[in-house]
Amino acid sequence: MTDPARGLPAAPRAGQAALRWLLFAILGLFALFYLMPLFVMIATSLKSLEEIRAGSLVALPARVTFEAWGTAWSSACTGIQCEGLRPYFWNSVSLSVPAVAISTLLGAVNGYVIAQWRFRGANLIFSLMLFGCFIPFQVVLLPMARTLGFMGLTGSISGLVFVHVIYGIGFTTLFFRNYYVTIPVELVKAAKVDGAGFFRIFWSVFMPLSLPILMVTVIWQFTQIWNDFLFGVSFSQAGTQPVTVALNNIVNSTTGVKEYNVDMAAAIIAALPTLFVYAVAGKYFIRGLTAGSVKG
Amino acid sequence: MAAWLERNVPKLVLAPSFVAVLVFVYGFIAWTAWVSMTRSRLLPKYEIEGFIQYDRLFAAPRWDTAINNLFVFGALFIAVSMLLGLLLAILLDQKIRAEGALRTIYLYPMALSMIVTGTAWKWIMNPGLGIEATVRGWGFEGFSFDWVIDPDMAIYAIVIAGVWQASGFVMALFLAGLRSVDEEIVKAARVDGIPTWRIYSAIIIPSMMPIFLSAFIVLAHLAIKSFDLVIALTGGGPGYATDLPATYMYAMAFSRGDLGQAASSAMVMMAVVFAIVVPYLYSELRAKRD
Amino acid sequence: MEPILEIRNLGKNFGAVEILKDINVSAEPGGFLVLVGPSGCGKSTLLNCIAGLEPISGGTIHIGGRDVTHVSPKDRNIAMVFQSYALYPTMSVAGNITFGMKVRGVDKAVRARKLQEVARQLQIEQLLDRRPSQLSGGQRQRVAMGRALVRDPQLFLFDEPLSNLDAKLRVEMRLEIKKLHSDLGATMVYVTHDQIEAMTLATRIVVLKDGVVQQVGSPAEIYNRPTNLFVADFMGSPAMNLIPARASRHGNGTRIEIERAGGPPIVLIDGRIDGLPGDVVVGLRPEDIAEAGFRAGDGVQEAECLIDMVEPAGADTFVVSLIGGKQVTARLHAETEARPGSTLALAFDLGKVSYFAPDTGERLN
Repeated sequence: MTDPARGLPAAPRAGQAALRWLLFAILGLFALFYLMPLFVMIATSLKSLEEIRAGSLVALPARVTFEAWGTAWSSACTGIQCEGLRPYFWNSVSLSVPAVAISTLLGAVNGYVIAQWRFRGANLIFSLMLFGCFIPFQVVLLPMARTLGFMGLTGSISGLVFVHVIYGIGFTTLFFRNYYVTIPVELVKAAKVDGAGFFRIFWSVFMPLSLPILMVTVIWQFTQIWNDFLFGVSFSQAGTQPVTVALNNIVNSTTGVKEYNVDMAAAIIAALPTLFVYAVAGKYFIRGLTAGSVKG
Repeated sequence: MAAWLERNVPKLVLAPSFVAVLVFVYGFIAWTAWVSMTRSRLLPKYEIEGFIQYDRLFAAPRWDTAINNLFVFGALFIAVSMLLGLLLAILLDQKIRAEGALRTIYLYPMALSMIVTGTAWKWIMNPGLGIEATVRGWGFEGFSFDWVIDPDMAIYAIVIAGVWQASGFVMALFLAGLRSVDEEIVKAARVDGIPTWRIYSAIIIPSMMPIFLSAFIVLAHLAIKSFDLVIALTGGGPGYATDLPATYMYAMAFSRGDLGQAASSAMVMMAVVFAIVVPYLYSELRAKRD
Repeated sequence: MEPILEIRNLGKNFGAVEILKDINVSAEPGGFLVLVGPSGCGKSTLLNCIAGLEPISGGTIHIGGRDVTHVSPKDRNIAMVFQSYALYPTMSVAGNITFGMKVRGVDKAVRARKLQEVARQLQIEQLLDRRPSQLSGGQRQRVAMGRALVRDPQLFLFDEPLSNLDAKLRVEMRLEIKKLHSDLGATMVYVTHDQIEAMTLATRIVVLKDGVVQQVGSPAEIYNRPTNLFVADFMGSPAMNLIPARASRHGNGTRIEIERAGGPPIVLIDGRIDGLPGDVVVGLRPEDIAEAGFRAGDGVQEAECLIDMVEPAGADTFVVSLIGGKQVTARLHAETEARPGSTLALAFDLGKVSYFAPDTGERLN
């Protein structure tokens, strides 16, 4: 992607130069369009409520205050409780870490089996898993709620971890399978002749090869799970809600004065982890997105 | 025993995931399908009663609104995202110096939760204090932008937020597609003296049909499943004006206590998704096997 | 001597498709057994079966007198070199060579000593710290061989190890493998589709087609007395001339008559054979057709032939003439005066002639 090999040959004519400026102007305007909401969120979060009521949406704060951030983090009301976003933020952390780890590990092993230890029916199993990625989750909400109750996991973080692992396996398997399928099968054969078994080959030969796809999968899963709202709102209860649900509750809580600056600070806090991941590992994020949609 | 274990280790390793998918995806679909054929209300009943829930569903004005909204939202969301994505991809493909930075800017919304997106746009489109107030503050007193509270326009507000979030992703897909077009074909066309716009319209874009299809599938899938965005932006309101099948299903399942309706609406959603995705996946898997 | 490798009645099916049919092959200690055949003939599958990498559907495999039919690859006392080399990409050269020993729990000091031995033998001592991606094709090939050598197995298996190298390097490595074989005195099984590799390396060749063994024999036997039309055509370059002809009794021998367009038939008398059927295919290697006057002997007979094409190849010149409806190639000396369109007297040497039945393809003499 870093090699823009095609394009208009730079011509010396004035018309071409004007076209070039137009091009930059259009691209710049679009950049503003995409950046504007982020800017508005940040600016609003740093303003006092009076300034918000008096001033303009797109104006920089006249007096910067971090009050709203403090409120959003530790004392905003998500309904009857007023502990801010903090406990829910940690809920999201403590559910996404194990969920990402387990689903990635399972996906790696599954992909390894499907791509490298082909057996009759493996392709059918893969197809079934792949179709499972595309179901609208609404169709499993009701039975899953009952199943979690049956397992004693209703409203618990473990229950959410379980749900995210189950419905993450399809994608993680897809990622690893598509990566491992490009590795010649002779590698496994050579390792077999060398005396290594199934797990030894996985650990010593395939794992060291897997860093890029591991990054893609971890980032994909983390983004999906952190940003999830449907499972969070369906299977959590007061106290175990993930940050997205808490954010929605803060924004839509009807008690007291509407504090837009707190809403915006809370939204940024909820978005920070995934934005951070995007900033430091955007390459892998994009690869995951495109791999998730263009299979093979 | 050891030899048997050695031979079957791959199958044993795959088995738990396979069973999980079988039970928690296919088993659950079957369960929902079953319940959608019963008179279940607050608690599931298991006597099959036929299609009464579907009859109720299609007779419900709220569902009618939800389906209409899905088509309006889906069509606009897909069309605008694709057009915008394609335009941005082509513009970015012109040897732009700041390409990397621009790409990063266009794509970052995709990393956000739809709840965050909805919250941000809800504030921006806030009639009292948002864009409307700002533009009026600039001296355009007659300016009005209150789509989020206008039952007729609220669905378009959701389209705006959705396009803002997803179009960068379409851009990334298309840009990758443009870059994968055989360089020699483009060179040959240039040598033949074909103008740049014709090269795009006659050679490059037609060769990207599979990517259009992928983008369409992903966007359609997003549109049908979109739930978070509506909840955060309008909560399905004003009234039921921005209900989508996803929010309808959720309301039936968790606030109305009408499992039969929830199940049947979920099944309709799945039917729509599968009508789009199954032929696509089927052809993908087939193409790979050949 | 008991064979190191003995395969009896081996069969292999993929579903309803028979990949290998009733294979019986053995390799003597110190032997170099080459499995050769066109792509898809099952030769690589057979090698994988010997290695235990593919299950077999019937028959038995013995290695070193031990029945290993149901033994896993790691316990068969074999080593294998793969076509793509299959080097572990994340391990150094040293790591690649010692991985097997590490898995088997061989002592560290022993590993280091064996690594040095093998590295010296293959002249890759200076490469031990590199990654496979930093090596040239030939160097990778050596590392792959090193990984096999360090095992010191009863049986070496090679799966088309040279087919990814360029032509010059291939010849070099071929010689090196041959030298290695004689230095080690090891038993080797080698798969290739290249009949020249087969001829130069083998002590024994197995020619396979469609999963069936066509012929087993020494390179000379295979070359001089191919057992059927397929082997005759497959082994040797340029290929053996296979010319349809009529045979009839002639005293104690046989009169062979070959039709040709625009001229009288060529008549050859073979005094050493009788009882051929009326229709035969005459098999003559290009080197058994010479310019008249350059070859003398018992079975040599001459005929005027119209030359269609002349291909100088440096040491030799090949000429092509249309005889019996076939383009017949003759190998002449480099200084021949033959020109396309002219006629030339060619000498047909029946000393090594093969006869085949046109319908079954089987050898008749």
